[in-house]
Amino acid sequence: MLAGLLVLVGLSAVLGVLLTLLARRGGAGDDQDVDAVCALLPQIQCAQCGYPGCRPYAEAIVRELAPLNLCPPGGEQTTQALARLLDREVGATPTQGTFRPGTVARIDEAACIGCARCLPACPVDAIVGAPRFMHTVIAAECTGCQLCLPACPVDCISMEAQ
Amino acid sequence: MSTTDSFDLQPPRPAWGISLPTRKSRTTARPIRTAALPARVLLALETPGGTASPLVATGEQVLTGQPVARTLDGLELHASISGTVIGLLQHPVADGRGAPVTCLEIEGDGQDLAWPGLRPGDPHSARPEEVLADIASAGLLGLGGARFPTALKLMRVHGGRLLLLNGVECEPYISCDEMLMRERANDVVEGARIMLRASGLPRCIIAVKNSTVQVRVALRDALEAAGDPRLSLAQVTSRYPAGGERQLVEMITGEEVPAGGLPTDIGCICQNVATAAALASFYRTGRPLISRIITLTGGAFAEPVNVEARLGTPLAALLPEAGGLREAPVRWIMGGPMMGTRLTGPGLPVTAATNCVIAATAAELPAPAAEQPCIRCGACAEACPARLLPQELLVAGRTGDADLLDRLGLAECIECGACDYVCPSHIPLTEGFANARPLLEALLARREQARHARFRVEARSSRESRRIRQEQSALAERTRALEEHPDADALARLLARDRGS
Ligand code: SF4
Ligand code: SF4
Ligand code: SF4
Ligand code: SF4
Ligand code: SF4
Repeated sequence: MLAGLLVLVGLSAVLGVLLTLLARRGGAGDDQDVDAVCALLPQIQCAQCGYPGCRPYAEAIVRELAPLNLCPPGGEQTTQALARLLDREVGATPTQGTFRPGTVARIDEAACIGCARCLPACPVDAIVGAPRFMHTVIAAECTGCQLCLPACPVDCISMEAQ
Repeated sequence: MSTTDSFDLQPPRPAWGISLPTRKSRTTARPIRTAALPARVLLALETPGGTASPLVATGEQVLTGQPVARTLDGLELHASISGTVIGLLQHPVADGRGAPVTCLEIEGDGQDLAWPGLRPGDPHSARPEEVLADIASAGLLGLGGARFPTALKLMRVHGGRLLLLNGVECEPYISCDEMLMRERANDVVEGARIMLRASGLPRCIIAVKNSTVQVRVALRDALEAAGDPRLSLAQVTSRYPAGGERQLVEMITGEEVPAGGLPTDIGCICQNVATAAALASFYRTGRPLISRIITLTGGAFAEPVNVEARLGTPLAALLPEAGGLREAPVRWIMGGPMMGTRLTGPGLPVTAATNCVIAATAAELPAPAAEQPCIRCGACAEACPARLLPQELLVAGRTGDADLLDRLGLAECIECGACDYVCPSHIPLTEGFANARPLLEALLARREQARHARFRVEARSSRESRRIRQEQSALAERTRALEEHPDADALARLLARDRGS
């Protein structure tokens, strides 16, 4: 009786360890896949795919929760590249959304009231400024994602050619 | 020494490449001529290693060999004549690109007074770092056409195994290196030894073409005289483009330079023979890099010749050295006929990259035959020294598919024109690649931007999660402090009342 119990306890312990190891292994593999997918995305971080950035979208793709054609900045080319990488079919749905390549945000510094609401909106920390001071965009860092536009209460941010 | 042949390496003839008529004999019959002192010079201050800032002011008197500009890395550029500094201007130079660059203009006094700071030195008793610093202050730039600062290149190798001196002038017409090796073989060998000293490399191979007998004889004599067992000679095929840096490294070492990599990745660095000779001359005389040898050739010149000209000399001032023009050239070319670039005219000043100027006649430049459809014969792929598929690259370029250009390896194309030369349908392949290159560059720039943005996003998200963790633990800390307070019940009641009101 006791021996049987011990065997069972032992077995479950061993299996438990094995399962954890396997799960870990799977996790690492997943991470690599996500890295590979993410490397093909344009890193504009505009969230137009419906995910809060390129990496979350890459995670959704790897878990087969999202189709490959949701990234407007990447366009058809990115979709094709993803399809090649993952060996998956691309549906007939066209890539949606609007994105203007080659543009960066610019703050009309005379109109800026220094509310600092644009700061947390920028995914790449391309905006500098402090509360009650004028803000500005570092053009070289700006990806043109347009996420800062709706954040500004006085609409003083516009997209301009690079 | 008993057997000189023991240091002769003869790598096998590669499968790629083409045989071209050399057309060099016109300029190798006469010795190198020293050009007359120019009345004014325009010194290009931009180098691939950074732009040099001027050290002199407008109106200042300068002497030949005096440093007039310096880059952040300590590379010094020198006055190539004595005279008065006129100032800075934007002017195109004969560097193969033709875009205006910042130049320092000096008006000569016709006297060529040497700067008193020029002193000979002894590289073999100096420490390697000191030699590297000397090389930078001598203003040495790669004389093979790239103008890359020599000191920066020598500094890059750590634990490398081979210094390769490139004396394989594979383009037709050009003979400046051939004449240099014939007349200054001792300087080439001594320069190689100094480069070994500076870089710590254990071995040097001087590569020359197997068809240039006089060069081989001169170099062998110089090697014997030096008696340095680290140096040897290699004879490579005269196939074009055997003198390409990658191609030469692969032929000599038998190893492939990784795609997108440099010869340093397999422990090898390449220097031009003329750069080595200039280095030896610097230690012997104290004179920095203020001149170079240029081949003036092409049917329009009365007496094609190699001249040693001061840097910054306007090409027009050199024409009399080659006997002037017999007829008006239909085209001016800088470099060889295969890889050279078109010059707008002889108005541009000489740079360290100006190895050859061709004044071509109509007879030398037959009109290109009409392009016909590709017959998929594969001759272009066979000739390609970079093992590319030229006809597929062309299609990718014409359809503007940057991704495909990248996958087909356009970055590895050296624009040698071998594929054009063999194409039976006369398709201007190389021209198409040059036009496609901006597409590829835009793609690579986008990739670099994406990499950078990803780095910033990751930095931001790890910062945000750190902040959230800190806030949570601070909150937990406060909650615990409240619970452990002796009068916890009273506090809780107070809080509840606060919230209620
Ligand atoms: S839509 Fe925007 S956030 Fe989504 S993957 Fe494309 S660039 Fe990244
Ligand atoms: S500044 Fe605006 S447009 Fe530019 S990256 Fe930041 S949020 Fe996007
Ligand atoms: S949100 Fe608009 S007003 Fe506020 S700081 Fe940014 S740019 Fe200025
Ligand atoms: S031009 Fe480019 S593709 Fe053509 S043979 Fe030369 S390296 Fe190959
Ligand atoms: S050599 Fe010319 S015809 Fe032959 S495959 Fe190449 S491009 Fe086509």
